Amino acid sequence: MSNMLEVKDLKAYYGPSQALHGISFSLAKGGITTLLGANGAGKTTTLRAICGMVRAEGTVTIDGEPVTGKATESVVRLGVGHVPEGRGTFTELSVEENLRVAAYTRRDKAAAARDLEMVFTYFPRLKERMDQQAGTLSGGEQQMLAISRALMLGPRLMLLDEPSFGLAPLIVQEIFRIMRRINEEAKVSMLLVEQNAALALDLADHAYVLETGRVVMSGTSADVKSDEQIRKSYLGY
Amino acid sequence: MEQLLQQVASGLANGAIYALLALALVMIFVSTNHINFAQGEMAMFSAFVCWQLLNWGYPFWVALPATMLFSFIIGVLIERIILRPLHTAPLLSVVVVFIGLLAIFHSLAGAIWTHTVKPFPSPFPNFTFAGSGIIGPHQIGMIVVAVGMLALLFCFFRFTPLGLAMRAAALNATSARLVGINVDWMLALGWGLAATVGSVAGVLVAPVVYLEPNMMAGILLYGFAGALVGGISSPGGAVAGGFIVGVLENMVAYLGNMLERATGFYLIGNGEKLTVALIIVITVLTLKPSGLFGRVTVKRV
Repeated sequence: MSNMLEVKDLKAYYGPSQALHGISFSLAKGGITTLLGANGAGKTTTLRAICGMVRAEGTVTIDGEPVTGKATESVVRLGVGHVPEGRGTFTELSVEENLRVAAYTRRDKAAAARDLEMVFTYFPRLKERMDQQAGTLSGGEQQMLAISRALMLGPRLMLLDEPSFGLAPLIVQEIFRIMRRINEEAKVSMLLVEQNAALALDLADHAYVLETGRVVMSGTSADVKSDEQIRKSYLGY
Repeated sequence: MEQLLQQVASGLANGAIYALLALALVMIFVSTNHINFAQGEMAMFSAFVCWQLLNWGYPFWVALPATMLFSFIIGVLIERIILRPLHTAPLLSVVVVFIGLLAIFHSLAGAIWTHTVKPFPSPFPNFTFAGSGIIGPHQIGMIVVAVGMLALLFCFFRFTPLGLAMRAAALNATSARLVGINVDWMLALGWGLAATVGSVAGVLVAPVVYLEPNMMAGILLYGFAGALVGGISSPGGAVAGGFIVGVLENMVAYLGNMLERATGFYLIGNGEKLTVALIIVITVLTLKPSGLFGRVTVKRV
């Protein structure tokens, strides 16, 4: 089986400073891979580099198609749902408009309507809040909206940047449960960036540990979890 | 009493023009945070183009859409060719470019059509009706066309997918890219639409102020005042602000005239209209910087 995402020797830069020093990893079709590591390790930068949001070198292939150097909107149109750091909600638009605008580029409007129904089965709370200004939602609801917005693109691959950030543990559990369902039912491959390593390792099948822009360790989630050395030095739990 | 109504009516008619210009300014401001100083001169140039088409014998209702289309294309081209390379440039560079554009349109119009003042025929039929003493047919036409244009734009931004995409791009460019919207093109479209709205303002006001390269200088200031009074980040507010400034400038002159007639003391009159408008702007900005209708958005963190 070919990989959904293949990253080789990826380097990324913010202005003159280099944030990624040639990282390589892959994500199998239908799989969930997580990138772990401390603040500043380059996790968010990796997601941004995949989507053409920072200056990057190296090769990124999505389902066999090379995307390095492409504009963000072109990468997204290949079916990449990026749930960014800070959620990126259109706070001044209504919940409905947030979801509608995500389907803007889709030709198949019937499929978009089906995906909207799917979103409501995952997050029934959003249906109640359709007319509400998105900025007035609670943090958990905004995260649900951000994930739903990515789903409205009809993605093959989702890039999730710290979906647990700033949320109460119960909400986080709910969101992670739904992410597993999305992965299994909608057959969406996922690349997950998390600070909460324990949570991420439970959901993902493979893990890569980053430190200052380099991969220092990788393996199946089970291997990483059981390696006490790694856990203590890099994951801090 | 009749005179008061006359003043209000003509204030609304002028206000319609200010509202269009204010809206054009706001449309560019919300997506780029720039005030296009050349908006007035672009509108003036469009009015000349319309006049040229009329002069060549085309009927007005052909000339106006053609002028709007021409202005749209010019707006898109200015964004794509002149402003695109300046996306990361400091604010001052952009300001200088706007001033350059202003000068270019100004001298181009003068070079092509000379600086002689030209009459511009009103496209609206001259007829008498019950309220003829209060409002003229051209003033009614100005209000109707401007309000129609505003309603169309409202529907476009509120109800069409493209309108929604343009709003999304203006509100949060990064997130808009992440849902596949080509933000660069949305900016160019916004410029095109703003130029189109401005061109309608220019064509509508040309019969009132006559056609010449300086015709929009004062009017742009009023439009700017309207945009600020209503709230520079709020399209609806800018429109309301345009009408408010239009009525207000006439009211001030009217009250000044009344005062002079009653007491013989000249405090304020037609000559001070612009001064008063600017005093109002400064007052609003001091007391309520977001403008009367500036949206205060709720954000929970």
